[in-house]
Amino acid sequence: MSHINRSQIDRVAELARLSLSDEEADRLSIELDSFLGYVETLNELNTEGIVPTSHPIPLSTPMRDDLPEPPIDPELAIRNAPESAGSAFVVPKVIDSESL
Amino acid sequence: MADHASQSPDSKYEVVIGLETHVHLRTASKLFSPAPVLYGEEPNHSVHPVCLALPGVLPVLNRHAVELAIRACLATHCTVHERSIFARKNYFYPDLPKGYQISQFEEPLATKGWIEIVIDGADSGESVSEKGDVEPTNKRIRLTRIHMEEDAGKSIHDEGIAGSDATLVDLNRCGVPLVEIVSEPDLRSAAEVSAYLRTLRSLLRYTEVSHADMELGQLRCDVNISLRIRGEQEYGTRTELKNLNSFRFIEEAIEAEVKRQTAILDEGGEILQATLRYDPERRETFVMRLKEDSDDYRYFPDPDLIPLVVSAQEIERIRRQIPELAEQKCERFQSEHGLSEYAATQLTQTRALSDFFEATAVAHGQPKSVANWVLRDVMQATKECDLEIDAIALTPEQLANLIRLVDDGKTTAKSASALLPELVRLGGDPVALVRERGLEAVSDTGVIDQAVADVIAENPENVEKYHQGDEKVINFLMGQVMKKTQGKANPASVREALARVLDQ
Amino acid sequence: MSTAFATIDELRTALDSGKSSVVEIVTDCIERAEASQDSIHAFIGLRAAGAIDDAKRADARRASGEVLSPLDGIPVAIKDNMVQAGEPTTCASRILEGFVSPYTATAVERLERAGAIIIGRTNMDEFAMGSSTEHSHFGPTRNPWDLTRTPGGSSGGSAAAVAAGIVPAALGSDTGGSIRQPAAFCGVVGMKPTYGRVSRWGLVAFASSLDQIGAFARTARDCAEVIEVIAGHDHRDSTSIPAPVPHYAESFHGDLNGVTLGIPTEYFEAEGVDSDVLESVRAAIGQFEKAGAKTVEVSLPHTRYAIATYYLIANAEASSNLARFDGVRYGHRSRDANGLTQMYRKTRSEGFGTEVQRRIVLGTYVLSAGYYDAYYRKAQQVRTLVRSDFERAFETCDALVTPTSPEVAFAFGDKTDDPLTMYLSDIYTASANLAGIPGVSIPCGRVGGLPVGLQLLGKPLDETTPLRVADAYQRATDHHLHHAGSSE
Ligand SMILES: [Mg+2]
Ligand SMILES: [Zn+2]
Repeated sequence: MSHINRSQIDRVAELARLSLSDEEADRLSIELDSFLGYVETLNELNTEGIVPTSHPIPLSTPMRDDLPEPPIDPELAIRNAPESAGSAFVVPKVIDSESL
Repeated sequence: MADHASQSPDSKYEVVIGLETHVHLRTASKLFSPAPVLYGEEPNHSVHPVCLALPGVLPVLNRHAVELAIRACLATHCTVHERSIFARKNYFYPDLPKGYQISQFEEPLATKGWIEIVIDGADSGESVSEKGDVEPTNKRIRLTRIHMEEDAGKSIHDEGIAGSDATLVDLNRCGVPLVEIVSEPDLRSAAEVSAYLRTLRSLLRYTEVSHADMELGQLRCDVNISLRIRGEQEYGTRTELKNLNSFRFIEEAIEAEVKRQTAILDEGGEILQATLRYDPERRETFVMRLKEDSDDYRYFPDPDLIPLVVSAQEIERIRRQIPELAEQKCERFQSEHGLSEYAATQLTQTRALSDFFEATAVAHGQPKSVANWVLRDVMQATKECDLEIDAIALTPEQLANLIRLVDDGKTTAKSASALLPELVRLGGDPVALVRERGLEAVSDTGVIDQAVADVIAENPENVEKYHQGDEKVINFLMGQVMKKTQGKANPASVREALARVLDQ
Repeated sequence: MSTAFATIDELRTALDSGKSSVVEIVTDCIERAEASQDSIHAFIGLRAAGAIDDAKRADARRASGEVLSPLDGIPVAIKDNMVQAGEPTTCASRILEGFVSPYTATAVERLERAGAIIIGRTNMDEFAMGSSTEHSHFGPTRNPWDLTRTPGGSSGGSAAAVAAGIVPAALGSDTGGSIRQPAAFCGVVGMKPTYGRVSRWGLVAFASSLDQIGAFARTARDCAEVIEVIAGHDHRDSTSIPAPVPHYAESFHGDLNGVTLGIPTEYFEAEGVDSDVLESVRAAIGQFEKAGAKTVEVSLPHTRYAIATYYLIANAEASSNLARFDGVRYGHRSRDANGLTQMYRKTRSEGFGTEVQRRIVLGTYVLSAGYYDAYYRKAQQVRTLVRSDFERAFETCDALVTPTSPEVAFAFGDKTDDPLTMYLSDIYTASANLAGIPGVSIPCGRVGGLPVGLQLLGKPLDETTPLRVADAYQRATDHHLHHAGSSE
């Protein structure tokens, strides 16, 4: 039984903002299908009513006081940017043919 | 606003509106980052490694933001949950540096509340048709939920600044704490939406949850609109107008969207679920994207944050901090201070104004008189000085003293009123000011008697009319005497002197 | 003295007695690192000049009688997924090309404050995704014991740096075994403390609910010393545990009287386990008993579900954690993209290697609409079952003994064709990350000349018992003294 097909891989690659070649996408659909087949073993377990663990240590989230720290030097903030103008980051414009 | 064809009660369609309102919380630092919350800074001048989503940074929750959010929930009669979950909403956009927004999805901070709005009869299709008059009516708008989340940064698309093939990204706003207040689809017109937002804004300001300044983007809303044939129970397909940030645009955009949907339905067309943008220049709404290809946000609990737990005692503590809200205060001003409904409503428009009034009323002792002074003279002077009530130098004690000088006949209402702009700007001791400026009321009977004698001598025909029974003439003569004394004469003394001479 | 293969303890003695200076030790260390780059390739970047400057300051402190901590002047390497202000961090990925961090990770900062000398950044599987250090943009690290074999991973560079005698200790991170498995493959000690024990602030996230920083060293005692310095509550990490950190060595009695060790039956019956590996582990258990420990059989019935659970959770979290690498604020950006969406897609596909993209696709898929409940939510529920297995087991014992890995170091390319076989090699380690419990791997013998690792798992917040058992074992045996190239 197939768990994931090529068109799903394409949709996921779009969601994840990856650009896969045909070859890569085909290979991934085979690999992921095999992994998802393996994952089927979890269905042997009846997990009805079991509280999911999203965190290994049961605590409640700590909170900090509302005390602002000085902001980072704007020059340092953009120093790593591939492109910047003044103190702003620069990205290519969204072009009409693109879906967001 | 009552006569828009699209919303008129005889239209075939009923307009159904639900709102998602985003409100900036009034904190000094951001929701998960210690960067300061500042408005109007240069790009990226109020950011921290957390706001930049540098590799390795982690979120830590701002306690004050949680308190303010809970305050907003309690003031809107929501049930605050002792446990809520922060989740990641995943999507790519340049002003969202982590590639996800920390928000709440399943298990939000609060659910099921309401706020009551007052609608002018004329504005509400329903009350006109049912009652045929324009009595204001109250309406309860149910809230689905309130959750906390962080704001995104700003993308600057302006070609003049960014050039034609680039967008600039400023992350100053990124991480500013928000509550998103989601209403049920209980609103039926643009006017109701306006009333809802004004009530909400007043409430948020009263509780000091937010400055709620729409121009600064501190209050923004997404409007979900659908139409249905009047009398039908099922909702129609809805569209969403995104990120509207002025009352005018909201009303216009709703009008435009109702018109668009009406035209489609009239032609037998089908409304497609979509996100729309409002173009104020053309006064039309445009489809930005259809929901079919909508994002798949892949929400899941944020593993960097453990569940938010707030004890029942803590919630009670926050409830006790909530001040009296406009509505209750308005009722109390009528019952306790004997004000008219009009005066009470006016005085409770903002918390600053109501506080100023009440402090003055306490200092002075006669609330009705104080209400008149505040609503007429103080508001006038404040407007003249281009100030807001919470920025004036005049203190309640000073105003009470000034009114008392008038009550005691030590100065006239006119003189007192003339002093107000200066007091509003700079404050000061009214007693000393009246003395320095020579604005004491003239009670010197010699001066008044002389003025009365002069006026009677100069107006024989009016004196004649008085003696023929036209008693109103006395007001004219009084005015003349006041003029002669440059408004400084104590009016009571003048009236007494005039009557004495005329009735001789 | 020669400082190669020296322990922290030995270096400290040399410093205290004046036989060596910090500058000499650090210079030696960097020379060894440089000399081994062609063969072992443990490092992505060395901090030669900065480390020598730091060493001079450490010598000056020592001369004035000021010693900051037991680690003052000790050279340490860090895995290249922990940031240090003014230094590059790459996560062995092209996507972080050119990135220089403006801030320092808490664990690294604590080492700096203790006077330790950070000598460089070690190689790893890209974004810590892998078990062999083959998936590095900068090329693989080789196992010092056998250059045709992998050092394990993902912290393979740190393990190899200690195993090759370059540094006495190194930091690593462990999401599903990434410290313990390379420690086993390289014949050194490697510990992953309790989740939340060491702050994750400044650790580039792979899977936030599983990631934990830990340490490699030659002995359990040295390892404990490093953990003690980097552990402890940090207000910048919401998942950091506000509990005091014990002085671990205080409990190192040499004997194991009063300690009950649990032997999980499932771990010794799993398919694909090398019988020689099991034999070494059994021999070590005999040694523990000789030192006074009691042993009991325990059952961890959900062990066979751990790998599927682990990979679902880890990749889901990773798909979200790696979204920030978008070519906007730092790192690589594709030069030939037209428009924003294309920029994102090309940047990320050029920047991330094959294994990382594979995991992002898998993680994105399992979180996507319609699949969340079947995969992610299901995995979180099974995680609850795995955790309760451990809770139940720890009712009858103080620590668990298992092999660290089903086999010894494998050869390059052995597992790259089928990702699933690679994933299955985490069978003994991933459960501890799901449950958040501490684990240490120690060398317990050799098979075919390659080290075998034994894993000791402790209760939450109890790093002490596994470390104490490891120390007792090392007092009684000499497996930890053997190193690559040493004579038997
Ligand atoms: Mg929304
Ligand atoms: Zn929102």
